[in-house]
Amino acid sequence: MERQRHDGVEVIHLEGDVDLQVSSQLRRVLLDSLRQGLDLLVDMHTVTYIDSSAIASLIEAFQRARKDGRRFALARVPEPAMRVMRIAQLDRVFPIMDRVDPAFGQT
Amino acid sequence: MTATPAGNVPPPTGELVFELRVPARAGLLKLIRGAVGEAAREAGCASASADELVMAVDEACQNVIRYGYGDGALGDLIVQCSRDDEAMTVRLIDFAPPVDPSTVRPRPLHELRPGGLGTHLIRESVDEVAFEPPHGRAGNVLRLVKRIE
Repeated sequence: MERQRHDGVEVIHLEGDVDLQVSSQLRRVLLDSLRQGLDLLVDMHTVTYIDSSAIASLIEAFQRARKDGRRFALARVPEPAMRVMRIAQLDRVFPIMDRVDPAFGQT
Repeated sequence: MTATPAGNVPPPTGELVFELRVPARAGLLKLIRGAVGEAAREAGCASASADELVMAVDEACQNVIRYGYGDGALGDLIVQCSRDDEAMTVRLIDFAPPVDPSTVRPRPLHELRPGGLGTHLIRESVDEVAFEPPHGRAGNVLRLVKRIE
């Protein structure tokens, strides 16, 4: 997974199948960014599959970000992944953007 | 992948499409997803329906990998995919300690926490999910059924 930093925001570009094989790495990357005091934007544009272990990592990071007062959002979630989010009722929980904008959530 | 020893696998429901025996490892989930997805589409499942079956199978396989053998122990997983005119049936057979089905429960979705989502995804994705009595040396047999539509 590729990471880019813009003005205190870590943009993490996920790609391909994000499943049990990579979810612990995803978790480490997300939590590491938060520990560094960064906001998180997870770009899912080229994700072809996502499973519950990866979603668990996103949930944990989202909760940690909220606790730390950091911003967290998903961006460009493809429809197959959105279907999974809807089944899990997470489409109402995660902030979801339709583009990658490091200024997200700022007023 | 190896040929399946006779006696550990129940007979398929309808026509056998494929049977895979693989080590229960996360790195092989993509292969399993590909095989199940292809089999479902070939049988006439619509794309979304095939994706749902794939998701259920993947989540169930994850449970075997993470909780079935446990503590890094190695073990095999058999994925049996069969079909008849109405439905795809996927059986997952492992050789781990037997699961108590009463302990397998989805978490309430309003409780936002990282774990417990897999069981919910399985139940929402297939028409039927049930443990069957194991054959031979098998520990657990989980049957997932998805109507072909």
